[in-house]
Amino acid sequence: MIEVEGVEKSFVTWRKTGRLRRKRIEVHAVADVTFSVPRGQVVGYIGPNGAGKSTTVKMLTGILVPSAGRISVGGLEPSRQRIQLARRIGAMFGQRIQLWWDLPLIESFELLRHIYRVPADRFRENLATYREVLDLDPFLHTPVRQLSLGQRVRGELSAVMLHDPEIVFLDEPTIGLDVVAKERVREFLTKVNAERGVTVMLTTHDLADIERLCSRILMIDHGRLIYDGTVSELVDRYGGERTLVVDLEEPAAPLDVPGARVVKVDGPRQWLRFRRDEASAAELTAAVAARARLIDLAIEETDIEDVVRKIYTSGTDA
Amino acid sequence: MVDTLVVYRRLIGAQVRSQLQYRASFALDLFGAFLISFLDFLAVLVIFHNVPRLAEWSVHEVAFLYAASSISFALCDLAMGHLDDFPKKIRDGNFDLLLVRPRGTLFQVIAADLALRRLGKFAQGVVVLGYALSGLHIHWDLGRVAMLVVMVPAGSVVFGSVWVTGACLAFWTTEGGEFTNAFTYGGNFLTQYPIDIYSTWARRFLAYLVPMAFVCYFPALYVLDKPDPLGLPSFLRFSSPLVAALAALVAGSVWRLAVRHYRSAGG
Repeated sequence: MIEVEGVEKSFVTWRKTGRLRRKRIEVHAVADVTFSVPRGQVVGYIGPNGAGKSTTVKMLTGILVPSAGRISVGGLEPSRQRIQLARRIGAMFGQRIQLWWDLPLIESFELLRHIYRVPADRFRENLATYREVLDLDPFLHTPVRQLSLGQRVRGELSAVMLHDPEIVFLDEPTIGLDVVAKERVREFLTKVNAERGVTVMLTTHDLADIERLCSRILMIDHGRLIYDGTVSELVDRYGGERTLVVDLEEPAAPLDVPGARVVKVDGPRQWLRFRRDEASAAELTAAVAARARLIDLAIEETDIEDVVRKIYTSGTDA
Repeated sequence: MVDTLVVYRRLIGAQVRSQLQYRASFALDLFGAFLISFLDFLAVLVIFHNVPRLAEWSVHEVAFLYAASSISFALCDLAMGHLDDFPKKIRDGNFDLLLVRPRGTLFQVIAADLALRRLGKFAQGVVVLGYALSGLHIHWDLGRVAMLVVMVPAGSVVFGSVWVTGACLAFWTTEGGEFTNAFTYGGNFLTQYPIDIYSTWARRFLAYLVPMAFVCYFPALYVLDKPDPLGLPSFLRFSSPLVAALAALVAGSVWRLAVRHYRSAGG
């Protein structure tokens, strides 16, 4: 569905070096990126700020023309076939408002129906579905400027999906939302992906989004793709540490258990960190139980946030 | 084409409805615009209170020119005045949103608004036209009626083309609103008077570079049956539709060029 081959994007900026002189600086926002996304996949596109995420998405949606390389989205070349492509994709940019600020939500939908030439019956069906799944009814006739952020995002999501796009690009769709609203957005995306086979490319800083939605992660840093694989592989490869939290009957000195190290002690509670390839939770539990009286235990999986932070700070060879 | 018009009507209809939600405020805006532009015409009357003729032009002749320019400009301002805010769209990156929709970008920019309160200026132009015609003894034949009907929209197209071309500056500088205003609002002001009162270089600038002279002056010479004090060829009097088409073509090409620049340079 999406084919990206050796794509580069560089910008020229000018820096003042004197009263009149300026120096030409070429910035490589995206450098030699190659990947492909099959139909129906939900991909998380992640990376620190300024890594080249938005630039990539802008090239995929036809906003920007790549400096080099080849892009095909749904069989079209975005930079040359922008308008044809626009009919088949949906794009939501988290910080930007696509809906008409002064108009009631429903009127924005009506306008989009005409802009995208959505057949009337198709429009009615889609609207009915989104009204139900995203619970739009309470604010369907409210001007967009009066909506809360959560309501607006739900409106924006519906707007993006009204013309039945085959691919949607979502930039930070859950940013600033509360837990309930985030969950609703995720459920909606899961549903449209499962029921309509919509291909989704998601850029986000919220790793819970990724864990919940994405079967695959693409990670970009300094304009280069540094990881392409599943979430669990990522955790295995760059971290793979788990933590066993034990509650002992009474406070004790840090336990000395082979294959694990105590990273924190708080009264009778201790945190033991271990690598999943060096020890199993069962072995460790047995070893702890042999040394102290155990009341309760829990296992904490590594947060991918930790993993990602590790990669971001150490670069490609983490 | 028909489809595009339908979408335009829808987009504008929605905007107009939202403007009309606040009726009192809208009425005040409308009246304010009428009053301000009316005071503007008083300046012309003050001039003629002191001098009987301005470079061989009588007060009613200048009023005719003034009215034609005013109406042309008002129609253009109505449809495209919001291009003044266009540089902001580039600066905050919202232009990107237009590029992911299956419509032309210029169309979307123009169809974003229709400021009805600017009808106040249109109304002023019509009143002034009435005043001008009341004092002129024009021999209305088919040609002159046709010219009056054609010169107004042609003028609007020329103003609009200058506006669009000016807005394109924003793609490079992300600013440029004021610079453009010098040509649009400034052009409106200049074309309200006969161009033979201006110095040679200003005349050339008006006539050829920014084709404002074609907006009203040349067609008005024909309608009023006046000899051209500059002695320019008489076919120029009929050229305004052609010049308008040419100006629109240039504006469209500059816009395309500007958008191409934006898409390769990334704003």
